[in-house]
Amino acid sequence: MYKIAVMGDRDSVLGFRALGLDVFFCDDAETGRKTLHRLAQQEYAVIYITEQLAQNLTAEIARYKDDVMPAVILIPGKGGSLGLAGHALQAAVERAVGADIS
Amino acid sequence: MTGKTINPTRMELTRLKGRLKTAQRGHKLLKDKRDELMKQFMEVVRRNRQLRAKVEQGLKEANAAFTVASAIMGPEMLEQSLLCPRRSVSLEVGSKNIMSVNTPVYTFHTEGGDDSLLPYGFAQTSGELDAALEKMQEVFADMLELAQVEKTMQLLAQDIEKTRRRVNALEYVMIPQTQQNIRYISMKLDENERGNTTRLMKVKDMVLQDAHHYKQ
Repeated sequence: MYKIAVMGDRDSVLGFRALGLDVFFCDDAETGRKTLHRLAQQEYAVIYITEQLAQNLTAEIARYKDDVMPAVILIPGKGGSLGLAGHALQAAVERAVGADIS
Repeated sequence: MTGKTINPTRMELTRLKGRLKTAQRGHKLLKDKRDELMKQFMEVVRRNRQLRAKVEQGLKEANAAFTVASAIMGPEMLEQSLLCPRRSVSLEVGSKNIMSVNTPVYTFHTEGGDDSLLPYGFAQTSGELDAALEKMQEVFADMLELAQVEKTMQLLAQDIEKTRRRVNALEYVMIPQTQQNIRYISMKLDENERGNTTRLMKVKDMVLQDAHHYKQ
């Protein structure tokens, strides 16, 4: 059995706790980095990260891109979407096609 | 000629011909694999776009309601209300094989909290909080599917890249090189053959001359 984690600033992710997900508060990039690596080694199959936190952790998130576990997924935080997820999608398409096709 | 020298022998020629055949068959197969992966990938990307839009919209609404709740109740009270969740979610990870790429399939199970999701009494919390949580609950199924689709997309992208490189390596390096080597060997063999014939003709002339004192 695997678990689901949500990482981000307090206000953005608090609500997920009521849904039964494991919530981790990370306000700065340093704790975010540590938490992400720690969670990745544990039995978390899906880790949601707010875009606000993720924009400082791009290298760390890229590290898990090619692994089957965990899936690191960006979600908009309370500040709204930053469009990072769109960029990630674009990057994946570019990687597959070998050229930018938009 | 490329880099290393090759032996112009018949055995080498046969070997190279066999290799060319294998390379061409592999190239065709990999190309088909790449095309099919690409097709699947495009579908996944499309689905991802839809889900992403849906999830972002849902979370935006949830966050808005949450912010209002936080403003009305105060952050401490809010956190206290959510301190002990009523239910827990566990995740089952299966796998699906798309063209020999193992992609995850998530199904979640919940424990507890079947009657009501809300882990608090109604007395000291605001209605906005209920709305926010309800919204989050709604969007959660989509979020999970988004995770699945996004991971699938990443894994497919990785594999397509790999396959594409293999196809190109075969198409632009391996196959032309082998063909060139085959041409080189067969030309060399033909040349030897011609050299041999000329030599034999010359020898025949010499032998005849010796035997009959025959002069041209």
